[in-house]
Amino acid sequence: MRLVVDLNRCQGYAQCAFLAPDVFTMHGEEALMYDPQADDTQRENVRRAADACPVKAITLDYEDRPAAAGKAGGSGVG
Amino acid sequence: MSVDGHLEALRREGRIVIVGASLAGLRAAETLRAEGFTGTLTLVGDEPHEPYDRPPLSKQVLLGKVPADHTRLPRRRPIDAQWRLGSAATGLDLAARRVRLADGDTLDYDRLLIATGVRARPWPHELEAELDGVFVLRTQDDAARLHHRLAAGPRRVLVIGAGFTGSEIASACREREVPVTVAERAAAPLVGALGGVVGEVAAELQRAHGVDLRCGVLVTGLEGDSAGRVRKAHFSDGSAVEADIVVVALGATRNTEWLADSGLGAGPRGIACDAGCRAFDVRGIVTDDVFVAGDVARSPHPLFGYQFLSLEHWGNAVAQAEVAAHNMVSASAERRPHLWMPSFWSAQFGVNIKSVGVPPMADQILVSQGSLAEHRFTAAYGYQGRVIAAVTFDQAKWLDFYERQIEQAAPFPPEFTTVDRRPEGHQPVSAGFPDPSQPTHGPTVTLSGYSPTDRRVSFTPRRA
Repeated sequence: MRLVVDLNRCQGYAQCAFLAPDVFTMHGEEALMYDPQADDTQRENVRRAADACPVKAITLDYEDRPAAAGKAGGSGVG
Repeated sequence: MSVDGHLEALRREGRIVIVGASLAGLRAAETLRAEGFTGTLTLVGDEPHEPYDRPPLSKQVLLGKVPADHTRLPRRRPIDAQWRLGSAATGLDLAARRVRLADGDTLDYDRLLIATGVRARPWPHELEAELDGVFVLRTQDDAARLHHRLAAGPRRVLVIGAGFTGSEIASACREREVPVTVAERAAAPLVGALGGVVGEVAAELQRAHGVDLRCGVLVTGLEGDSAGRVRKAHFSDGSAVEADIVVVALGATRNTEWLADSGLGAGPRGIACDAGCRAFDVRGIVTDDVFVAGDVARSPHPLFGYQFLSLEHWGNAVAQAEVAAHNMVSASAERRPHLWMPSFWSAQFGVNIKSVGVPPMADQILVSQGSLAEHRFTAAYGYQGRVIAAVTFDQAKWLDFYERQIEQAAPFPPEFTTVDRRPEGHQPVSAGFPDPSQPTHGPTVTLSGYSPTDRRVSFTPRRA
């Protein structure tokens, strides 16, 4: 699965690092590092992380969204 | 009625070509489909790869945490596009509405979006640039090669240029415990983007992490061994350093050469366009069907004195692509202006650096929170008595507040006091930007419009 984090929006709340620690880690005090092509076994964790992000900075591939959500949230982040 | 009918036909069965298959190109394509464009959509890219994200290349990829080919961008929706990857655009015929490709093919369009971005500026001495071990870092392939060589355990890396890319590369080297020398022609790293006061903090950070930082020097030559491998660099102060990897991080060049004979207002500073992303031709007349987005565009911004801003910012590529795509398939009354607040981030030496506004426009700076000495602070930038930008080191949560200040043209120095404003934050000081007429490696924002202080035309009344 592919993902990208809008680091302009990211405020270092670290919810993602808590929910999907194999994909998102804090680097230093408040910089975020992540794996842009996370393993498929992480799909559920990453989805939860994206939903939990207070500033909605995480974008996932549309294929990784349930069909209904993909349709409704077509414009996505931005 | 005929105009409406024309627009409806365009949305239904028009031909849209996007030149540039990176972040801006991809987001524009998605927006076009999201807005109901059902015609033919063609994406042209000079690299053979699908659109990928560049910020991780100088961070995760160089640290060995993520393979270079694992940075492909997620898609927000299916875009049903015809891809012409690995084929650069070589020419544009405005009258015939046709793009020429390197392989000789041509693409006809009803609307064209140019998002060709920038490329790394190479080492100017060609023979030296070809030495084995001399790199630039812009593309996925660059990152893969450089990571491979870093993993082999070089004795020393030399980074030429301490802008954001150069500083991030140096940071990655130190994290991998690779010895690194950084050579910067200015007095401190990041000076072009953030000014001398913050640049001094960046210099301290580099030295605290063991970087052999040399400022105020030029690299005068690279020397290779008999096998054509780089091994030594000579500096303008007469010193030299032995290095088996040299990374040239001297900023970027806008990809506009292919438009040289097109009649479009394109040049080394980018392609001029109006706030609605419509390109200007060389006569300064706005085109009807050619749009521009991303690093290659430069457009006027009312918050910054209508300067034509050319922004090498990730968020600008996304926002401008969305506006351009919307306007491409909208009637004139429904078009939107691209008035994005410039903002960017960098992570280096364990510090999260973020910025809003246009720091290089500032003449003064005031540390409004935290302290420079602690490398954790918020600095407000002022221009002619108003807040024009803010930069944070590990204090990103303050930026929203300063964004509002910039939007409201709040007075500078700020009138509010804060609980932790230290003595250094009581008085503004000169921001310490270098003379703008001197070239720098990459300020990330280029101001190229009219400046009220820069009068080059004088009015001479005719004698009565």
